[in-house]
Amino acid sequence: MSETTAAGKRLVTIDSLAMNFGPQHPAAHGVLRLILEMDGEVVERADPHIGLLHRGTEKLIEHKTYIQAVPYFDRLDYVSPMCCEHAFALAVEKLAGIEVPERGKWIRTLFAEITRVLNHLLNITSYMMDVGAITPILWGFEEREKLLEFHEAASGARFHANYFRPGGVSKDLPAGLADRIADWAQSFPKFIDELEELLTANRIWKQRTVDIGVIGAEDALAWGFSGPCLRASGVPWDLRRAQPYDMYGSVEFSIPVGRNGDCYDRYLVRMGEMRESVKIIKQCLANMRPGPIKVQDRKFTPPTRAEMKHSMEALIHHFKLYTEGFHVPAGATYTVVEAPKGEFGVYLVADGTNRPYRCKIRPTGFAFLQAIEVLGRRHMLADVVAIIGSLDVVFGEIDR
Amino acid sequence: MPENKPGLAGLSEHIAALPGVQSVTAEKGELVAHAERATLLALMTRLRDDPLLRFAQVMDICGVDWPERTERFDVVYNLLSVALNQRLRVIITTDEASPVPSVAAVWPSATWWEREAWDLFGIAFSGQPDLRRILTDYGFEGHPLRKDFPLTGHVELRYDEDRKSVVYEPVKLVQDFRNFDFVSPWEGITTLPGDEKAHQEREK
Repeated sequence: MSETTAAGKRLVTIDSLAMNFGPQHPAAHGVLRLILEMDGEVVERADPHIGLLHRGTEKLIEHKTYIQAVPYFDRLDYVSPMCCEHAFALAVEKLAGIEVPERGKWIRTLFAEITRVLNHLLNITSYMMDVGAITPILWGFEEREKLLEFHEAASGARFHANYFRPGGVSKDLPAGLADRIADWAQSFPKFIDELEELLTANRIWKQRTVDIGVIGAEDALAWGFSGPCLRASGVPWDLRRAQPYDMYGSVEFSIPVGRNGDCYDRYLVRMGEMRESVKIIKQCLANMRPGPIKVQDRKFTPPTRAEMKHSMEALIHHFKLYTEGFHVPAGATYTVVEAPKGEFGVYLVADGTNRPYRCKIRPTGFAFLQAIEVLGRRHMLADVVAIIGSLDVVFGEIDR
Repeated sequence: MPENKPGLAGLSEHIAALPGVQSVTAEKGELVAHAERATLLALMTRLRDDPLLRFAQVMDICGVDWPERTERFDVVYNLLSVALNQRLRVIITTDEASPVPSVAAVWPSATWWEREAWDLFGIAFSGQPDLRRILTDYGFEGHPLRKDFPLTGHVELRYDEDRKSVVYEPVKLVQDFRNFDFVSPWEGITTLPGDEKAHQEREK
């Protein structure tokens, strides 16, 4: 309804409806509360309310030693736990000025890529389920289970691994694990083929995702996008290539880049990335040589159990490390990794004590979720579900 | 990647010459610029639009609290130039009362980061139309990441069976929060407790 006032301005009355999407909604990927202003079935404005999973991680880390802070990172992005630890480990190493031995770096690169596949499998398949395809999630979880077994074999835990530590990794790979990973890397591309056969050309899938939630390269940059979502908009930006860390400088892989920046391209980029991850995993296994897995400085990493049985020095080091921890010289760094979702960063301020003075976590999904306002405008309600799925948001990291 | 990519030293000189920049240092290979609060908006627009810099993204904005300083807060902007493959950290200082110019007009993604800094530190941003809390609960009081805010918070929440609703109560700790003090008397404290006078004598 509209009428013209005396001043010549149009007065518009909108018959809108405010709708609560979540926080208890299976397609909200956690505890997202989205307040949608609807015009019929079309979204006029989307206002995400976050923080329902806020646990004060940053504050807690300020009260813990550096080693005690690592497990908090598993609980941020619980779909790709090791990549979050990676950023913190690299930040502490940078401030403390320690260099991880080569085998430690290879193991970290290997597990960062396993985590990437783990993340993409969950994201793609649950995203498919949100738009109506129930089969992929059943298939995907079977594959995920194999990967989680690798996590368990290496670290002892399926999810909350606490495996990447400042100075290396907590323990070496058990005997036979490398072969099992190699076997899996042989068979996994076939699984991707099957998944693609089911979806890439699927008419229903394309109807739901092509030209939905389009964002151009310039807008994507302005909204702080990174990772697969930025690459789907046509920006060939990957931190593993641009600012390599650990062993990414010496492995070969290509970077899948999309063109249209819609939900379908974000899916395609992730599928391509899984194939590339398998390539990196194979190279890691081929290049790994026996050797130390963590820095051999007892002020940073603990001695072996066997050493402690007969060396008083080793026992003292172990005790000091697990009570007081190590001291990190004063300084600040913003260290980032290419987590499966995009740029995951840690801004770490050290003041020379055994605890971080400030540890700001830069979650990846925070920027994506903010952009829902522009991505979802004038879309149908059902498309908002597809958009949320394609952005790959996990509330553990967004709410911290 | 542009062919005429300037080196870290050239870049740092170029940024140091911009108006509003107090100093530029390279800390562990990362460029850090300290800037003035009043002219922040002009500087940030320049950093984004300068063809030599093109910092198209603000990846992170956060506060750091130093309660012993007169201007207790640092506001840290982590910028990224995808074209140049370069990061820049811009740091300004402020206190509880003086607002910081909002950069939401330069980068739309700044809005949520500024809301977060407001929520957790109480740093106000002028020109930011949407300065609601973002991470804490509806109706939360205080700014939890300030150093003078206790780790346990002030209130706790439970479901009251009688009133059939969620209620807030002051925090009750069964056991005191244990803050382990690791300052060694041999390394950190040079004067032992009760021995201050002797130490002063020695200094004379």
